[in-house]
Amino acid sequence: MDNEYNKPIPRRDDLNGEFWAHCHNHELRFQRCSGCRTWRHMPREGCRQCGSFEWTWEQSSGKGEVFSWTVIHRALHPGFNEELPYAAVIIELEEGVRMVSHVVDVPTESLVVGQPVEVFFEDVTDEVSIPKFRQILGGP
Amino acid sequence: MTLKDKACIVGLGETEYTRGSGKTVLRLVCEASVNAMNDAGLTAKDIDGFVLPGPFVWQEALAANLGIENLRYSTMVQMGGASPVTALQSAAMAVSTGVAKHVLVPFGWNGYSQARVSRREGPKAAEPPRENAMSQAVRNFYAPYGALAPVQYYAWLATRHQSLYGVSEEDMGQVALTSRANAQSNPRAYMHDRPLDLEQYLASPLMATPFKVLDCCLETDGACAVIVTSPERARDLSHPPVYIMGIAEGHPYPADDIPNRANFFEIGLSFAAPHAFGMAGVTPADMDFAQIYDCFTYVVLLQLEAAGFCGRGEAGEFVRDGRIAVDGDLPINTHGGLHSEAHVWGHNHVVEATRQLRGQATSQVPGCELGLVTGWGDFGDGSLAILRR
Repeated sequence: MDNEYNKPIPRRDDLNGEFWAHCHNHELRFQRCSGCRTWRHMPREGCRQCGSFEWTWEQSSGKGEVFSWTVIHRALHPGFNEELPYAAVIIELEEGVRMVSHVVDVPTESLVVGQPVEVFFEDVTDEVSIPKFRQILGGP
Repeated sequence: MTLKDKACIVGLGETEYTRGSGKTVLRLVCEASVNAMNDAGLTAKDIDGFVLPGPFVWQEALAANLGIENLRYSTMVQMGGASPVTALQSAAMAVSTGVAKHVLVPFGWNGYSQARVSRREGPKAAEPPRENAMSQAVRNFYAPYGALAPVQYYAWLATRHQSLYGVSEEDMGQVALTSRANAQSNPRAYMHDRPLDLEQYLASPLMATPFKVLDCCLETDGACAVIVTSPERARDLSHPPVYIMGIAEGHPYPADDIPNRANFFEIGLSFAAPHAFGMAGVTPADMDFAQIYDCFTYVVLLQLEAAGFCGRGEAGEFVRDGRIAVDGDLPINTHGGLHSEAHVWGHNHVVEATRQLRGQATSQVPGCELGLVTGWGDFGDGSLAILRR
């Protein structure tokens, strides 16, 4: 753990804070509607499918695939200067929700749509753990 | 009832476009507004409505500085760079219903000297960034992974589109090169007398793939203003009116998160375009020109598809062979656009479209009768105005 962590940490307000609290427990959980069982992310008060205000935080398989990405060559936050170039990647989880993350073990020039990946957690401060992804080797 | 031909643009005003105006935003906006009143043949006493595209000046201060004593309608549009075009919709609603007679739509900022992207996201930035639904998403879910600015998060759209449809760097470059070529005829353009060729474009340093520095628009200081009134009032003013023939705004779903869209390339303009074309009773093929919001080259390509100029995945091919040049089938950004004239949140595109239809453009499309202006902002909000003379 790095006490000098100098990258932006998630704000963790309201429902967003609940998502990040699960991450701190090294659990990737998304909201799932109690009415129609639809998974969702980012966190929302209501279900866009059925309108229900009831949900539970259910654990994701943590497996998904690369949906899109950008390889950033000029950081707009000084905390990322030493990592250039780095990729901000959209991952589509098996549950259908998508999230932004890093894929740590694929060279940026080798990223492709559909690359299988799985989650792990990096403890960046005493309060915050960030989900990141590694490639799933060996294929399906 | 629709808004078709119920309102006209009758006044245009601009300031100089610079990097370092040395003026307050309020001063820039006031100067552009007075220029627009003078252009129309109106005075501050005639203006009784404001539609402000974004929170850069406050309506109370603007009225007090311009001498507008009887303000009957004032509202603000918050769709980022889509706001100026969307503001025309609100202005048309106000004048067509009699809520206001002459509505001023002004926009200005010090986009270089105060609001540069590279200065605003640092940990010790002087001012906290403005909060909205989009900044909530960035701060909770994008910024922890180093995606903090439009050049980075719009790139997700471009990368996937490019992966699926094979758009080349040269195709993207057509947008930048066309804007720069048009700016060479426009003395107001920041990039006037600074021509660009394909070799220089391709050698431009990478920002966030697939965007190079020269895929990005300018950062400039400046302001524009237009005045909207009814066709009846427009007849007595200085210039032939330019009619708002079709107008609509649209929002991607969800609008506050880019990754979680069921149809990734369905942007705000995808929703706005059928409304605006349907209202006007025309099609994309009828357009004599298009001023397309060009924050980044690829965003123009996505909008050409969303507006219906070509099918999904066909925009790269569409822009080849000079088709978007001023003498091509669909001239775009004839003033130089955000890439080469100035970044005034696309309000300069509204000004340019009106100039084209008055026959006063620096790269005039001969005999043009119909054209459109798009807006793009926030996470892909969109707007579309179809204008005629």
